[in-house]
Amino acid sequence: MKKLLVYLKDYKKESVCAPLFKMLEAMFELFVPFVMADIIDNGIGEANAGFVLRQGLLLVVLGLVGLACSITAQYFAAKAAVGFSTKLKHALFDHIQGLSFTEIDTLGTSTLITRMTSDVNQVQNGVNMVLRLFLRSPFIVFGAMIMAFLIDVKGALIFAVTIPVLAVVVFGIMIITMPMYKRVQAGLDAVLGATRENLTGARVIRAFHKEEEEIEGFENKSETLANLQLMVGRISALTNPVTYIIINVATVILLYTGAVRVNEAMISQGQVVALVNYMSQILVELIKLANLIIIITKALACANRIESIFEVESSMRWEELAADAPGGVAAKEKAAGGRGGAGRSEFAVEFDHVHLTYEGAGAESLCDIDMKVKRGETVGVIGGTGSGKSSLVHMIPRFYDATKGAVRIDGRDVKSYGIEELRQKIGVVLQKAVLFRGTIRENLLWGNGAATDEELWEALAAAQAKEFVENKEGGLDAPVAQEGRNFSGGQRQRLTIARALVAKPEILILDDSASALDYATDAALRKALKALDWETTVFIVSQRASSLMHADQIIVLEDGEAAGCGTHEELLAGCEVYQEIYYSQYPRT
Amino acid sequence: MGQKETFIKVLRYIRKYWLYLAASVVMASVTVALTLYFPILTGRVIDLAVKPMQVDFPGVLAILRQMVIVALLTGAAQWIMNVCNNKMTYRIVQDIRNEAFRKIEILPLKYIDGHSYGEVVSRVIADVDQFADGLLMGFTQFFTGVITILGTLAFMLSINVAVTGVVVLVTPLSFFVAGFIAKKTFTMFHLQSQTRGEQTALIEEMVGNQKVVQAFSHEDEALAQFDEINERLGDCSLRAIFFSSLTNPSTRFVNNLVYAGVAVAGALFAIRGGISVGQLSCFLSYANQYTKPFNEISGVVTELQNALACAARIFALIEEKPQVPEPENAAALTDVEGRVELSHVDFSYVPDRKLITDFNLAVKPGQRVAIVGPTGCGKTTVINLLMRFYDVDQGKICVDGADIREVTRKSLRENYGMVLQETWLKAGTIRENIVMGRPDATEEEVIAAAKASHAHSFIKRLSKGYDTVIGEDGGSLSQGQKQLLCITRVMLCLPPMLILDEATSSIDTRTEIRIQKAFATMMKGRTSFIVAHRLSTIREADVILVMKDGNIIEQGNHETLLAKKGFYAGLYESQFAS
Repeated sequence: MKKLLVYLKDYKKESVCAPLFKMLEAMFELFVPFVMADIIDNGIGEANAGFVLRQGLLLVVLGLVGLACSITAQYFAAKAAVGFSTKLKHALFDHIQGLSFTEIDTLGTSTLITRMTSDVNQVQNGVNMVLRLFLRSPFIVFGAMIMAFLIDVKGALIFAVTIPVLAVVVFGIMIITMPMYKRVQAGLDAVLGATRENLTGARVIRAFHKEEEEIEGFENKSETLANLQLMVGRISALTNPVTYIIINVATVILLYTGAVRVNEAMISQGQVVALVNYMSQILVELIKLANLIIIITKALACANRIESIFEVESSMRWEELAADAPGGVAAKEKAAGGRGGAGRSEFAVEFDHVHLTYEGAGAESLCDIDMKVKRGETVGVIGGTGSGKSSLVHMIPRFYDATKGAVRIDGRDVKSYGIEELRQKIGVVLQKAVLFRGTIRENLLWGNGAATDEELWEALAAAQAKEFVENKEGGLDAPVAQEGRNFSGGQRQRLTIARALVAKPEILILDDSASALDYATDAALRKALKALDWETTVFIVSQRASSLMHADQIIVLEDGEAAGCGTHEELLAGCEVYQEIYYSQYPRT
Repeated sequence: MGQKETFIKVLRYIRKYWLYLAASVVMASVTVALTLYFPILTGRVIDLAVKPMQVDFPGVLAILRQMVIVALLTGAAQWIMNVCNNKMTYRIVQDIRNEAFRKIEILPLKYIDGHSYGEVVSRVIADVDQFADGLLMGFTQFFTGVITILGTLAFMLSINVAVTGVVVLVTPLSFFVAGFIAKKTFTMFHLQSQTRGEQTALIEEMVGNQKVVQAFSHEDEALAQFDEINERLGDCSLRAIFFSSLTNPSTRFVNNLVYAGVAVAGALFAIRGGISVGQLSCFLSYANQYTKPFNEISGVVTELQNALACAARIFALIEEKPQVPEPENAAALTDVEGRVELSHVDFSYVPDRKLITDFNLAVKPGQRVAIVGPTGCGKTTVINLLMRFYDVDQGKICVDGADIREVTRKSLRENYGMVLQETWLKAGTIRENIVMGRPDATEEEVIAAAKASHAHSFIKRLSKGYDTVIGEDGGSLSQGQKQLLCITRVMLCLPPMLILDEATSSIDTRTEIRIQKAFATMMKGRTSFIVAHRLSTIREADVILVMKDGNIIEQGNHETLLAKKGFYAGLYESQFAS
C-alpha cells in the first residue's frame, strides 16, 4: 500500500481536511449530551422555559454546524479517493503497457484486467472510507470517554473498562471469523466450479453417464459450504448479543455509581443522563469501526496485489535511442540506414545459434536455430503443434529475447535497436486475429497513422479483403465491434493482415494467420504478397504445406530444433519430418 | 411468474424449516420488546436519583437487578434468533442449489446449448445468494423493523402523547431527504456505471490484446484514449460518490432535529410536571432509535423485490421441462453388435427452420461412416441424434433393431465411445480424467491406453505424471494435449460403437497420422461415425455422408463420390489444388 500512496500526493489538502472536518462533526455530536444535561439540570430544575428554548436552539445549531462539517468532509474524501484512483489507473495502465511479452505471459491478461478494474475500485472505496471514518469512530469512542471524565471521574472509570472489553469482543470475533470467511469463499468457489463444469461438460458427463456421481459430488460440496457458513454464522451471530449485554451491564453499573454520586451530591441528575447517553454512543461507533476494518483489509489486499504488478519490471531493456545522444551521428546513420543504405548486411534477418527458454519453463523451446534470410526472400516455418514455430518468429520483433545466441536484423543485433525503430521495420500478424472497437479505417491506421485512403485500399486489396470491405455498408468507416466480433474468422484474419501491410514493413510475419482462409484465397494472398511494390522479407508460419511450399526457404521445426532447412524440393528429398508432414496432407497415390 | 406465485413457492422451501422460522419470529418479538423496555427501566432509576441524600437505594437496586436480567435475556433471545435465521437461510440455500443442480443433470441438451453457461451459473450461485440475503435476512429486518416502530410508538404514547407527536411529525423528513438524494444520485450512478463500463471495455481490449498493441507500438495512443475516459470517469465518480454520501449526514441531521424537538418539548412538559426526567431520558433514547428502522425498511423493500426477482429466475430453472423420461420398462442394451439404422428421420433445432428431413441410413456392424461438409452444415447434429442428446422429431433411430427411445439412456451411451471437437476435461488428476468411463481400470490398462493414443509421452513429462492435477477445463494443457487425453479416455473403455467428431483437429498432421493408426485398430470390428473436415482422414470410410445445410446431399464411398463429380469431388479438389 505504501507505494501506492504516492498517487495521493496531489490530494494532500483533501486527505488532511476530510478527516479533520469529520472530527469537527464528531466533536459537535459529543456536545449534545452535555447540552442535554444542562437542559435537565438548569432548564427543568430551575423551571426556566426560556433557557430550555435557547438550549434547544443550540442543539439545532450544533446539528447544522455538524452537517456543514460533514458535507465538507464527504466532499474532500470523495475528491481525494477519486483523484487517487484516477491517477493510479493511469499509472497502472502505463506500467502494463511497458511490460514485455514474458511478463504478460506470466501474469496473464485476465489478472491484469482484474487489477485494473475491480481491485482499483476496492482500493478507491477503501481510501474513501478511511478518510471518512478512520478518525471519526475512534474520536467519538475516546471523546465520549473524555467527556465522561469531565463530568465525573468515578463514573468515567467504567468507560475506561468497558471500551477495552468491547474492543476485545468486537475485534476478537472479527479476527476469528475472517479466515473462516475465506474458507467459505473457497467453498462457494467449489460449488460454482462444479456447476460450470457440469454445463460445459454436459455431453461428456452424459456420454459417460456420470450424472449420479456428479450430483453426489455437488451435494457434498454444497453440504460443506453450508456447514462452513453455519459455523462462521454461529460465531459472528455472537457479536450483537454479547456487545449488547456488555454495554447494558456497563450502563447498570454506571447508573448505580451515578445514584451513589448523586446521593453524595457530586453530580446532578442531568449529568447521569449525559453519562448514559455517552455510553450508548460508544457501541454504534465501535461496530462501525469493525466494519471499516473489514473494508480496509479487503482494500489493503487489493492494494498489495496492485503493488505487486507495479513491482514487476519489464525484463526487456531497450536501447535508449542511441541516435538522440550527442555525438551519436554514426548511430543515427545506422538507424537511418533503412532502405538501400551503404554498408548494410545482405541479410535481412539472421538467427545466430539462437536458444530460447521461456520464463519458468523447464525445457528449451528453441534450440540452436541458425539461419540467414536474404532481403526479399519468403521463408516458410513449418512443424507440429508446440514445435516452436511461433517462438521463432516472435524473436524477430524482439517479443522475447534469446537466452543464448543472437537475432540480427540488417546485420545489427535486435537488442541494439530502439523499440520504435525495430517495430516500425516489422509487421506482425499474430495467430489470434484481433481487431479493436471502432471503424475499419481506425483499425487499419494502427499500422500507419498517416496512411491515405488509397494506401488503405491497396493494403486491403493485397490482403484479399477489398471485396468484403467494399460490400460492407460504410466501407472503410464500417463499425468494428469489440474484438472484431462482427466479422467472420477469415475476414478478421484478412483485416489483420491488411493492418500490418499498411505500415509497409520491411519484414512481414504471418504467424499462422491464414488458417481460416480457403485454399484459393490463401493462394491469392501469397501471390499478392509477392507483388507488393516495396521489398519485403516475408515469414509464413503454417501447418499447411501448401501455404509455404513455394517459399525460398523452409525451416522445419521439431521440438524446438531445426529438423531441416531448404527449399521444398530439397526437404522432400532429404528431410524425414518434412516428408511425413507433407505426405500426411498430400497422400502418395 | 407473478410475485405472489413466486412467494408461495418460496414458502414451500421454508415449510421444512417452519420451526426455525417460528422460533425466529418469537425471539425477534422478545428482543424488540425487551430492548424497548430497557430505557424505561433506565428512566425509572434516574427518577429515583434526583437529589443528594434522597436516593432510594433499595428501589434503585431492585430495578438494576431487573435491568441485568433484561439485558441477559435480550442477548440470549437475539443470539437464538440469529442462529435460527442462519440455519434456515443456509439450509434453504443448500436445498435450492441441490435441486437446481439435479435439474441441470437432467435438462435436455437443448436448454444447455441455448443458454449461456454464465447465465445458468449465476442463477445457481449469485441469484440464490441474493435471494437468501434479500428475502430471508430482509424478512427478519422488515419484521423487527415494523415491530420496533409499533412498539416504540406504543411505549412513547403510553408516556406522553404530545412529545410522541413531535417525533412522529419530524421523522418523515428523514424519508423525504433520503428519497430526494437517492433520486438525484440515480442518474449520476447510472452515468458512472456507464462510463465505468466503457473503461472496462477499453481495458479488456487493450490489456487483453496487449501483444498486438505493442507489436504496432500503439501504446501512446492507447494511453491517450484511456486517459480521456479515465478523466470523464473521475468527474462523474466524484459527483456520484459525493452526492450519495450526503445521505448519512442528512438523515443524521434530521435525527438531531427530532432529538432537539423531543428535548425542548419534553423539557417544557417536565417543567409543568407532565413527565419526569427519567421519562424524558427514555424518550430521548427512543428518538435516537425510532428513525433507524424507517431507513432500514425503505432499503428492505427494494431488496425484497430484488430477491423475489432472483427467486423467480431460480424457479424458472428448477421448473424447466426435463428431458423426456425413459419409459418404465426401458430395457438395457446389451451385447451390442453395432447395427445402426436411421429411418425417415426429421429433425430441427428451431421448429420452423427445417434441418434434417427424411434421413435414411443403415449401417452394418463394423462399418465406418464418415460425415463431411462445410462448417455449420449439421455434421454435429447427426451425433447429437445418435447419442440421444436430442430426440428426433419424426422417424426413428435403432441400434441392433431397438428404438433408442425405448432403451435406457445409460446403456445406449455406454455403448458409444465419443471424442468431441470441444475437448472437455474435469478439474482433477489426469488419471481421474482417463478412467472416467472405466473407474476400475488398472494402472497397466491406463498406461496402455495412453500409449495407444500417444498421450503417454507428454503425460510422463508432466510434473506428477498421471497424478498431475489439471484445472477446470484442462487448465494449462494445450488444445492438442487435451484432445489426446479425450482420445485416451475412449481408448480405455473401447465400446462397440465409436463417434469421433473432429477428434484430431488440434493435433498436427504427423501426430494425427499416428493416432489414426491407433484409431484404425480401435475401429476394427466397431461401428464408427467420424466427422472431419480433413478429407484425408476419411477416405477409407465405408460410407461417406456429404452434408450441406443440414441435408445429406450425397452418400457413397470415396471412389463413387469422386466419380460422381458432385459436391464431394469439389471439396476434395479445393483441398488439393495448389
